[in-house]
Amino acid sequence: MTRHRWTGRLLLIAATGGVAALLLLAIVALAGYDAPRALGALAGGAFGSLDAVLSGTLVRATPLVLAGLAVTLAFRAGVLNIGAEGQLLAGAAAATAAGLAVTGPGPLPLVSALTAGIAGGAVVAGVAAWLRARFGVLDVISTLMLNSVAQFVVAWLVRGPLQEPLRIYPQSASLAAAARLPVLVPGSRLHLGWLMAVVLAGVGSWWLARTAAGFRLRATGLNPLAAASAGGVATGRVTAWAFVGSGMLAGLAGAVEVTGVTYALYENLSPGYGFTAIAVALLAGLEPVLVIATGLVFGALEAGASAMQRDAGVPSVLVAVVEALVILLLVLAERGRQAGWWTRRTPEAAG
Amino acid sequence: MSVAPPGGRRAPTLALTGILKRFGPTLALDDAGVVIRPGTVHALLGENGAGKSTLMRIAFGLLAPDAGTITLDGRPVHFASAAAALAAGLGMVQQHFSLVPAMTVAENVALGGRGRFDAARAAAVVRRIGEATGLGLDPGARVGELAVHAQQRVEIVKALARDAAVLILDEPTAVLAPAEAHEVLGWVRRFAEGGGSIVLITHKLADALAVADDLTVLRRGRVVRSAQRATWSHDALVAAMLGEVPEGPAVAPSVRPPGDEVLALEGVTYADARGVVRVEDVSASVRAGEVVGIAAVEGSGQHELLRLLAGRLAPTRGLVRRPATVGFVPEDRHRDAILLDAPLRENVALRGLGAARGRMPWEALRARTRELMARFDVRGPGPEAPARALSGGNQQKLVLARELDPPPPALVVENPTRGLDLRATDAVLGRLREARDQGLAVVFYSSDIDEVLAVSDRVLAMHDGRLVASDATRESVGRAMLGATP
Repeated sequence: MTRHRWTGRLLLIAATGGVAALLLLAIVALAGYDAPRALGALAGGAFGSLDAVLSGTLVRATPLVLAGLAVTLAFRAGVLNIGAEGQLLAGAAAATAAGLAVTGPGPLPLVSALTAGIAGGAVVAGVAAWLRARFGVLDVISTLMLNSVAQFVVAWLVRGPLQEPLRIYPQSASLAAAARLPVLVPGSRLHLGWLMAVVLAGVGSWWLARTAAGFRLRATGLNPLAAASAGGVATGRVTAWAFVGSGMLAGLAGAVEVTGVTYALYENLSPGYGFTAIAVALLAGLEPVLVIATGLVFGALEAGASAMQRDAGVPSVLVAVVEALVILLLVLAERGRQAGWWTRRTPEAAG
Repeated sequence: MSVAPPGGRRAPTLALTGILKRFGPTLALDDAGVVIRPGTVHALLGENGAGKSTLMRIAFGLLAPDAGTITLDGRPVHFASAAAALAAGLGMVQQHFSLVPAMTVAENVALGGRGRFDAARAAAVVRRIGEATGLGLDPGARVGELAVHAQQRVEIVKALARDAAVLILDEPTAVLAPAEAHEVLGWVRRFAEGGGSIVLITHKLADALAVADDLTVLRRGRVVRSAQRATWSHDALVAAMLGEVPEGPAVAPSVRPPGDEVLALEGVTYADARGVVRVEDVSASVRAGEVVGIAAVEGSGQHELLRLLAGRLAPTRGLVRRPATVGFVPEDRHRDAILLDAPLRENVALRGLGAARGRMPWEALRARTRELMARFDVRGPGPEAPARALSGGNQQKLVLARELDPPPPALVVENPTRGLDLRATDAVLGRLREARDQGLAVVFYSSDIDEVLAVSDRVLAMHDGRLVASDATRESVGRAMLGATP
């Protein structure tokens, strides 16, 4: 029966991708650009060639999927972590620092960088988890504020301790080859991070559905009082771990971006991956496996938008407008579903 | 007459005829109707889901009927909202209060008015109505700090402040202790004698027979019979509600002597997060094969006592002796017992989840859920349906099934029949009797004192956090609960 739900969701995700592309073109046309040419550039940039898919769409989708998984994990536990952006930046900074500092045999620098990235995200999320547990600070408030903290810390790092040796540009030195993620398909920019994201999504869905710990997390998210009273679940511990786990995934997203794409830390490393990740997670219905699909939709949109800027002169920030519109439409659709505005029955589980 | 509707307004005759209301595929009301005569108390009875509340929500403009007419003194009216109904002299106090806890009584009463808020005038209104009707309230008290019966009083005063002459009360005594219920019913009677009209939606046959002038019984959205009090007997009322007469007492007295002690409290004190002592120096024990009832008025610490016994709260002082697992059926199942949006299979799996390791055996749990549903007569689409898809009674049966299978040494139940119809109530109480006969130690609390007396082998009475009687009788329990010294 889960399969049935997934099919419906996949259709919704595909439809949303189509609607988003149409919206983008409408805006492009309204802004006075050449819409057919923009469409060509958009489609070409996202799917036009094998390299567009591998080096464009999939590379863009990788941090979105990882951060989307971070948001999914938190939301399923009832933790409104909207700080994936800050946790991602912390992960990127920590990964850069470790990747530059650790020299050693074989994969040690890379492993150190990824581990440090995971830890970095966990620390930032851990602060929010502690604030919640100790003082009852709302997740939304703490994580949103910590986003700014992380942004400014990164801005300071790239002008201070982590600045490149010549001290000219506000960015770090480049990571050595030993601290970089291997390329998956020779000749493309597709790196191992994509595979990690896909595997983690699969494991995530399995873990949530099949294991006792996963069920504890879901039960806590659905109704913490019942989970504690009827199930004897230590809900405080579950939410704290979900928070930290979410931060770890977002931190990994940052580490993967640094070790797989940019090879260096700089201020505008993330074009808001952590925020888009919220839409990615919600559109996927908070189902880890489906986060791959939604990550691909948004990844394609972003890859296409950069091609549009390059080839048709349309500013790629327009894609941010579309993403925001898509989120609003999704929220509206969800409200409508709850209020029964359109009474299309979802396929009921068979007894 | 001092308890006349404020403003000296005579109640109009409120008539609903041919009301039809559909919720999706279900026909909630099918050609239902009722006539409320001025100056009378009209009791509206029926099982859960019979359509009583729906009919009155339509009268009050909260729901729109699909067909049918509403008239006031013969003139057809159409209320598009509760505000319109209020303006026409109708008031309604719903089962779940719509008060703002952080605001004062006067502010709550003034809420919904127009223009500037004048605190002094609002307080004067509360005092005036209090003097005129005997519903005295401190206008400056914060509603959140008031006891339930006082909050209900605020709701009534709120309606009277809008000159309501026809007042609809939805289960007004459900949350009240006997003395408080008595007081409200007395007021209801006086209000009608002063020329106002009252519609009393209730489950309690005795209340209806005691105060009503007219009684209407609904079953499955249709009016079974509507007639004056004199023509009704208790049996006739039961027959009309059920369509059949239910058999004898719900729980037969225990046949076997109780066994060993299973649950024990020794000098247990519990203070809540704010440091307020809820349970004070309580010692008690429950043995295998007996049902121990708890009798208490709301706010006596009974809820905390039950949770101490069930191991859901830890005592501040004293010793709780209990087995490792104690089944617990809390009164608010939506809040404390089930995952509404999760399948029944997962709701069954919830028991013992805190200690579960590794993978969940979902196949086995699905089979187990199916088996429990059959054995406990839980009617629903199947183990994969969300708990939300079940009716309240079936949700409760599922919770009970989960807590009873495999049988724990002890079971604590809190208001297990709240909101259930008579049939589901019988089923739940029957299960408790079975559990007791299997040798479980059962602790039973219900806010309906008759139910406690009917179900229990032994009754403990609580007052103000203390245990005041450990083997109360029907005669002594009421006084004990209210703190009267024997």
